[in-house]
Amino acid sequence: MSGILTYALHYEGEFNKNSLGAVSEAAKLAKELGQEAHAVVVGDDVTDELAGKLGNYGASKVYYASAPVGIAQPVVDVMAKLIQDNGYSYALFGGGLLGFEIGAGLAARLGGGVTMEVTQVKVQDGKLVAERPILQDSAIVDVDYVGEPGVIIGRLNAFEIAENGGSADVEKVDVELSDFSTKCTMVQRGEQRGADVNIEDAELLVGGGRGLGKAEGFKIAEDLAEALGGAVAATRAVVDAGWYPYAAQIGQTGKTVAPKLYLAVGISGAIQHKVGMQNSENIVAINKDPNAPIFEFSDLGIVGDLNKIVPKLTEAIKAKKGG
Amino acid sequence: MKICVLVKEVPDAAVEKRMDPNTGRLDRSGEKNLNPFDTHAIEAAMQIREGGAVDVDEIVAVTMGPESAVRALHKAVSLGADRSVHLTDESLAGSDVVATGYALAQALKAENPDLVLLGQQSDDGECYTIGAVVADHLRMPSLTQVIKIDVNGESLRCERQAEYGYDTVDVALPAVISVGDAINEPRYPSLKAIMGAKKKPLDTKSAGDVEIDTSRVGQDGSKTAVLAINPPPEKQAGEIIEDEDTDETVQKIVAWLDERKLLA
Repeated sequence: MSGILTYALHYEGEFNKNSLGAVSEAAKLAKELGQEAHAVVVGDDVTDELAGKLGNYGASKVYYASAPVGIAQPVVDVMAKLIQDNGYSYALFGGGLLGFEIGAGLAARLGGGVTMEVTQVKVQDGKLVAERPILQDSAIVDVDYVGEPGVIIGRLNAFEIAENGGSADVEKVDVELSDFSTKCTMVQRGEQRGADVNIEDAELLVGGGRGLGKAEGFKIAEDLAEALGGAVAATRAVVDAGWYPYAAQIGQTGKTVAPKLYLAVGISGAIQHKVGMQNSENIVAINKDPNAPIFEFSDLGIVGDLNKIVPKLTEAIKAKKGG
Repeated sequence: MKICVLVKEVPDAAVEKRMDPNTGRLDRSGEKNLNPFDTHAIEAAMQIREGGAVDVDEIVAVTMGPESAVRALHKAVSLGADRSVHLTDESLAGSDVVATGYALAQALKAENPDLVLLGQQSDDGECYTIGAVVADHLRMPSLTQVIKIDVNGESLRCERQAEYGYDTVDVALPAVISVGDAINEPRYPSLKAIMGAKKKPLDTKSAGDVEIDTSRVGQDGSKTAVLAINPPPEKQAGEIIEDEDTDETVQKIVAWLDERKLLA
């Protein structure tokens, strides 16, 4: 058998949107190849109903297995068994933590090739070829897979979600887990730290990074956001440092946004951040380092001291809007 | 406890990187440095040692790479590793992620560590994946993007960031843990440590020394092949303003935002 197998991550009864993108992409590619796209859901709380929802995104069959949820290695066990039993040619994952962990572990287990941060997949001579930007996106490589399975791990938001109203056959499978797969025990999953702010719906966003210096430094970003009528977002580094809540985090392990304006203050523009905000309509960056990568993808870049510029900008915007 | 820290020599972040069009590989001829994420892994090892919850007998830095990679090991030792292992062999050149992970796992098997630490990503592009590959070969539990480690008897209590929030996970040893840069602030090496780094033991290992099946490594042993390298789609360069007169700069920003109807 051929075909594409995809993993879908779920949390509190909802599928991760990058996973839905991966299922949709697999369905599209499988159709082009004349094959089928199947999906896998793993957890201790999976129902037929939840698994079946993936039919709407193009999976014609969905397997689910009972195993610890949120841990990569049990999923590797399940997917490796399904691939060995059914001979899928490719495994495709959406961007995000578990996609990277599971995809890499699966490739190691089965001796397949793996490509990560994939932004596009194309069909070439009856095979899948992955496009992957490298070197801070300064070049794009086309990667071919030698042998099977080929493992494709998408970049965050790389694959579009497409609903087709379809349905899937659902099959529960029992897979014996490897001895080491049971040695990670989830103590607490998905703890939210800090207050919720809704950055995904905001049309105007001020993103704050390490350049703000300390937690209190966010005050000037908040004032600017308020003057604009927008919300504040943050980089992973400042969230991890406890300066700002996780709910406001943009990037690889945070949220993906596409506002009308993304105004970055004190953000260098690391690739993990870039993937979360690069689809913003207008990008303005203020940073004192003229070599900060963010200037390479900003529409307007200001090289200067944000502590001097931002408060004055806030006042000027207030005056402009007030007038 | 014996901790092995995987380290990698990467092109200096300040140096422009490019691909070698003849080989389809990264041109590694420029300035090199120890991958910044790996310095957090060494610091994590040092903090476990100094934390006192467990006796750490040895911290060993392990790398795979050409001759020049020795400098990354010297840096790792100056940051606290007791000795280092350099896996270097012509047969390894051109290995992809899975082949590299296999080779490193073979080097680690020879060391038989209780804990393998590494940075969750490298500056030159292998994103988040090598830890999972190594762990599968070693048949050890693995966790990535870890931002806190507490030693708890025979296991670690780790916090890591996931798509939906923070997870707390207990991991039984031996294990492979990839750490993020938020886990700690790496210390600066002392002058004495820098000077002494070259005197610390460094074992050079070939593929044969650690029983690497050479058909599984190098360009021929890799399961991915680069078909083409293309420039990215053209994006018009943005406007840059150097802030010399802040009032004037602010005026320009407001005008720019206003033009695009973002101040409605």
